Amino acid sequence: MVVGQRDADRVFAALADATRRDIVARVLRQEASVSTLARQYDMSFAAVQKHVAVLERAGLVTKERRGREQLVRGDIDTIRRVRELLRQYEDVWRGRIDRMHDLLTQSGEDTR
Amino acid sequence: MTVISTTPDAQARTLTVLAEFPAQPKAVWQLWADPRLLERWWGPPTWPATFREHDFTVGGEAKYHMTGPAGERSNGWWRFLTLDEPHALEFEDGFADEQGNPNPAMPTATARVDIAEIPSGTRMTITMRFGSAEDLEKMVEMGMAEGMALAVGQIDEILAAA
Repeated sequence: MVVGQRDADRVFAALADATRRDIVARVLRQEASVSTLARQYDMSFAAVQKHVAVLERAGLVTKERRGREQLVRGDIDTIRRVRELLRQYEDVWRGRIDRMHDLLTQSGEDTR
Repeated sequence: MTVISTTPDAQARTLTVLAEFPAQPKAVWQLWADPRLLERWWGPPTWPATFREHDFTVGGEAKYHMTGPAGERSNGWWRFLTLDEPHALEFEDGFADEQGNPNPAMPTATARVDIAEIPSGTRMTITMRFGSAEDLEKMVEMGMAEGMALAVGQIDEILAAA
């Protein structure tokens, strides 16, 4: 596993904020400079820059200097890992629902 | 027919499971309320669950263990937060020590179950919420038994087809 547990907690802490989730969603679709991002939100450039720094430490985005601009790009791998864990847990519940269904329908009486 | 959809939300750390049963809400409610029924669906066949305690009251706890194929035990507990028969229940789900007492060092998840009457029977919505990625990881570990059961089921199928 590429990402350690401490890193994973940092990911969740980073994503606990709605603005940061929005930034991640945005830069996963298309890379953007910090100043472009700053125009999207009702907050200062410095505040947006701070959010981007939190996301960068959590490994959710990468920053790249191009000319005079800092381009922010989403890093899908970290999100992918959490999604994979959820998928495994989903299988557990699918099994449970199947068994519930069997219990509810095997009694022989029409419970409808 | 059980219509089912599962919606994992990696950012919100939740898993939402939607199921429909051709049964009345009170019958679905009983699957949670009656520990003898619970035992027949909570743990996979290769890791059956035994509910030693099931205090189905607000603030009450359930203590259970799952027994693996080699006799190994996995202990868990629930604490009921909301009980609105037969519409909704909410509980915490965590790991326990060998005596069945909650292990504070281990993660917990919160489950909300909504049960609603529909023309074809009952719709049940379960939302599991995890505190952190680590919590989710541990829960998956505990649920690994399910993966093993699925693997065994596949082997049976292969043998039957041979």
